[in-house]
Amino acid sequence: MSEATLDRPMPRRFLGRLTAGVPQPMLIGGAILTVFLVLAIGAPLISPYDPVYQDIAARLAPPSLAHPFGTDNFGRDILARVIWSARVDLQIAVLGVIFPFIIGTATGTIAGYFGGLTDTLFMRVVDVVLAFPFLVLMLAIIAILGPGLASFYIAMGLVGWVSYARLIRAQILVLRQSDFAMAAKSLGFSHWRIMFRHLLPNAMVGSIVFSMSDAVLVLLNGAAISYLGLGVQPPTAEWGIMVADGQAFISIAWWISTFPGLAIVVLAFGFSLLADGLGEKLGVRP
Amino acid sequence: MTIDRTPLIEADDVVLHFPAPGGGPLGLTRRSVKALNGVSLSVKPGETIGLVGESGSGKSTLGRALLGLESVTSGHVAFDGVAVSAKNPRGLKTLRRETATVFQDPMNALNPRLTVGEAIAEVLRVHNKVPGPEVGKRVAELLSLVGLDPALAARRPKALSGGQCQRVGIARALAVEPKLIVADECVAALDVSIQGQIINLFLDLKERMNLTLIFIAHDLSIVRRLCDRVAVMYLGRIVEEGPTEQVFAAPRHPYTAALIQSIPEIDPDIVLPEAPMQGEPPSPLNLPSGCSFHPRCAFAKARCKADPAPTLRRRDGHGWACIFDPGQLPSPATATRLTTTGEHP
Repeated sequence: MSEATLDRPMPRRFLGRLTAGVPQPMLIGGAILTVFLVLAIGAPLISPYDPVYQDIAARLAPPSLAHPFGTDNFGRDILARVIWSARVDLQIAVLGVIFPFIIGTATGTIAGYFGGLTDTLFMRVVDVVLAFPFLVLMLAIIAILGPGLASFYIAMGLVGWVSYARLIRAQILVLRQSDFAMAAKSLGFSHWRIMFRHLLPNAMVGSIVFSMSDAVLVLLNGAAISYLGLGVQPPTAEWGIMVADGQAFISIAWWISTFPGLAIVVLAFGFSLLADGLGEKLGVRP
Repeated sequence: MTIDRTPLIEADDVVLHFPAPGGGPLGLTRRSVKALNGVSLSVKPGETIGLVGESGSGKSTLGRALLGLESVTSGHVAFDGVAVSAKNPRGLKTLRRETATVFQDPMNALNPRLTVGEAIAEVLRVHNKVPGPEVGKRVAELLSLVGLDPALAARRPKALSGGQCQRVGIARALAVEPKLIVADECVAALDVSIQGQIINLFLDLKERMNLTLIFIAHDLSIVRRLCDRVAVMYLGRIVEEGPTEQVFAAPRHPYTAALIQSIPEIDPDIVLPEAPMQGEPPSPLNLPSGCSFHPRCAFAKARCKADPAPTLRRRDGHGWACIFDPGQLPSPATATRLTTTGEHP
């Protein structure tokens, strides 16, 4: 082993060890997400222009060396806006998943573990939420709370938890009957301990993988909500809004909508690959 | 022997019915699985009792009912003189603190996400068995007690063999310092060579720690080797119960006799009797009338079907639930030869 590693350059050895046994899709997905994360964090350093600076003289400029992605109808640099948007959109993807994940996991665990009336109650609530079309319910909640990202997260939490609750509940129902759950019960462990230390860690794998692909849906949802003017407010750069704004000029300036649209596709692709690889690694199919 | 002391755990006319799945949209025609139909059993401290029977006979259910893992439909379970039921949390708590279970499938009985050491340490911490800093030491002690290298504490169940997992399961059970251990088919999933080791471990622990053991098994030779007393179950009833040697030498219930005759011998020259018992046990959803064994019994009379199921009769500490008196059944020839597993004291 030492012979083989000695003549290898240091960075490769480090990378090789880090990525050993990691499925390829996960590597690529991880790399894509890392790039977006770097863009988001380093936006002030990387971005060539101020994302809201309007250069009226350079309105609707096609992609060129000065403006690699072109400019929009206000003369704002598309590349700068795409980079700055990564901050908002990554935040949407992460927070839009975390709230439903936590709420859904908790309710699903309790419903599945206790069963009976508790289960019936929780699952009827799930049915009620599912009875409404997803986007319509989201829009209704945001309309009540007022437009903005905070409302979007709250609406996401209120609507999105049902899928997690169902996933986790189904797993807990199976695990509850397992010998190790019986063993934990017969050893006199508390409900709390059995649920969250013994059952949940074994039930969560599937929903962790699902959360990755869910991030894609949330991202598209965020874009849709912003597109409808209920999410991120202008002039903040956000891919969904940029696509919406560019729509009017699609025949004369294709680049306004295309580049932010591509950014959404690539980030979504990254999440999908990560979900795929994670599923392979943890032994579940999303 | 500690035969005269009060029972450690006692079941009195325990009935346990599960609702069967299905039964129409509103569950109006729902039937129930009659898992236990009036079981009485008492186990004295220090005793090892074997529960045997075919699958579906209710032996595992009885084990779970005794440990309060299933709530009984009617009847009582008492541990150390205190009634155990969902309505009596204190009784249940005592029971949980002083009993432990060893399960059939050693791999599944351990949480796959915890290391062996964590799994055992958790029990010690929850029950405050040893002061915090000494947990690690006690874990090592328990592992060596069941014949495992304490270094295995850092492994997860996946990295252990079936036999090692079962030893860990036993170590975890012992961590409770239980008065009673229920071992539910705990060697059925293991290789024969490992089975012997685990049985010897049980014999050893039983002697050293004065454990009371309820040993659920379908392997009669193992029960014969390990148990002082044996209870034979059929369709949720105990049909025969008595000292192991007496039961094996002179079974009083035709079912027991047939079971003993069915044991395959290791000697290939011995011809097995041709099907001492026909078919499979009837469904516990739909019990036969009268004695539930009558459809398969070679000696069944008309009244076995018509009369209510015979109750357990007792003579010289050996009970049986059959209308025939001892000696009226032709004694199975194989019973006397059943010593291939070694001499029992």
